[in-house]
Amino acid sequence: MSVVAFIILYGVSYGLVLCLISVGLVVTMGLMRVINLAHGAFAAIGGYIAVSLAGHGLLPFAAAIPVAVIAVVLLSIVMERLLFVHLYNAPELDQVLMTIGFNFVVVAALTLFFGTDVYPVRLPPWLAGSVDLGFRTFEVYRVITMAVCLAVIGLLWLAFDRTNLGARLRAAVDNRGMAQATGIDVPRLFLLTFAAGSGLAAFGGAIGAPMLPLEPIYPFKYLVLVLVVVALSGFGNVRAVVGVSIFVGIVDTAGRFFLPDLGAFIIYALLIVLMIWRRQGLFAQRTVA
Amino acid sequence: MTLPRESILSRHRIGALEPVWWLLALLVYFVFPKHLAIASSVLIMAMFALSFDVVLGYAGILTLGNAVFFGVGAYAAAWISIAGWHEAITGAFAAAVVSALAAGALGPFVLRLTGLPLIMVTLGIGVIFFEAANKAAWLTGGDDGLSNIVLSPLLGWFRWSLSGGTAYLYVLVWLGLLFALIRRVMASPFGVALQGIRENADRMRLIGAPVLRHLVVSYVISAFVAGIAGALWTQTNAFVGLGVFSLDRAIDGLVMLALGGVGGLYGGLIGAPVYMLLKHFSQEWNPHYWMFLIGGLLIFVVRLGRGGILGVLGRVLSQWLGPRPVS
Repeated sequence: MSVVAFIILYGVSYGLVLCLISVGLVVTMGLMRVINLAHGAFAAIGGYIAVSLAGHGLLPFAAAIPVAVIAVVLLSIVMERLLFVHLYNAPELDQVLMTIGFNFVVVAALTLFFGTDVYPVRLPPWLAGSVDLGFRTFEVYRVITMAVCLAVIGLLWLAFDRTNLGARLRAAVDNRGMAQATGIDVPRLFLLTFAAGSGLAAFGGAIGAPMLPLEPIYPFKYLVLVLVVVALSGFGNVRAVVGVSIFVGIVDTAGRFFLPDLGAFIIYALLIVLMIWRRQGLFAQRTVA
Repeated sequence: MTLPRESILSRHRIGALEPVWWLLALLVYFVFPKHLAIASSVLIMAMFALSFDVVLGYAGILTLGNAVFFGVGAYAAAWISIAGWHEAITGAFAAAVVSALAAGALGPFVLRLTGLPLIMVTLGIGVIFFEAANKAAWLTGGDDGLSNIVLSPLLGWFRWSLSGGTAYLYVLVWLGLLFALIRRVMASPFGVALQGIRENADRMRLIGAPVLRHLVVSYVISAFVAGIAGALWTQTNAFVGLGVFSLDRAIDGLVMLALGGVGGLYGGLIGAPVYMLLKHFSQEWNPHYWMFLIGGLLIFVVRLGRGGILGVLGRVLSQWLGPRPVS
């Protein structure tokens, strides 16, 4: 029983962080159908900024995170204008090549500034302890992370489901041409979601740094995991992201716990089987058959 | 009758510059006798990039999993030698057949997908093979790799010298043969059908082309070439390690092809030496700056240098030679 609770708690906290990192990519891919392999880079940059600000004692960890998010949002706006804007109608190969190129540059920059090793995260004392949840003790850090992620996801849902901006966004994802015809400025909407999505990724990268260790190779290392969430959610299907992320988090955790030898396989095997078996049900994109 | 250069009907014609590459490759043997080991690995990577060009440049299959077939070929070649078959040519051929069989088994499932799902699944398969090779130490030697690989003299006559001279020519002949074969196949109606699928799969289906079967065949051909590349890697190094399956290798191959130019068969042959020389010198300068360079180059190729080195060269040449005849 305790084992199940452990796996669910670890899996859910892990999945929620994954959700924050991935949700922006799900929306931007749904909007523009651009294959963006560089999304993890924004999470890495956010994580590094927050952790290094806190590590040098410049800001407390909780205050460093918003600073990192704002920095990444600004950076992503510049990058969208400079690079990504050229990809919208480009062939898929170009999209893959350029976003991989962007990843390389980010990996090199992170190595240059922070070294090749895993960048250590020092949690403030109030996050470092454990708390008794009644049936077992659990790290305070993970409990708080879960609460914060749930709050952010709740706010996201409100924005997506209840605001005018959200309605326009949903319309543009469903039918871009029609949305444009009714006067919605889709490119501008894309810039906004791109920036917001990068900011969320930075937030996830920063708050999740103790779970997904910061190292220069981060943009490539977690790319597969993020893309698994995106692909299983379906492009632009924001409602599915939370469920899919938690599912991926629990499966990955359970796999690593019960079958430590095969842990890494489980999630990829699942991905391959699901993709081949349910490709029409899972993706909005038409497939060759 | 003169045909315009880009016409599909002139696809059999051999360009005036084509022999230059092969002459230069042969010249390397005489000019750089001390660097033949690294030169062999450049040729092998060029062959690997060529295998990418078949699926990516012609059939338009966006895969990141071709390192799987490189790795399968590499380990198969190692086991063929360890099992007691020391003849190199048949060994490499048999290893590549194993790769091709693997592609034949995977293809019908994988190639139904396009776009992101295809990238994801090929990436996933690549990771699974890497992890499997890592765990199955009884088969792959795990982190230590397999090193007791012995080959008998080539054709019963040429010894595998320490300087790598025999190995270089051996690899060059394999590359030449495979290149000629692929060039011929891609110029056949099948090759043209592949390009049709790349441009518009739905329309090809409407005119009755067996799209999935064509894609699987191109996948198998590509896997065979990648398998030979892997086998030669093992044979020339007398060693095979887990690195043959790594995602880095797939990305390396893709970047080489993109640098050289996708879809012209020569892209990999030109991209591989450029890439490996750049890598060598920039890593000597500073091991970390290498990624700045390669990232910047990729972005540059997509934004400005369309078609890679071949594309830019083609444009410069046509400027220089005046306008091409219009079809």
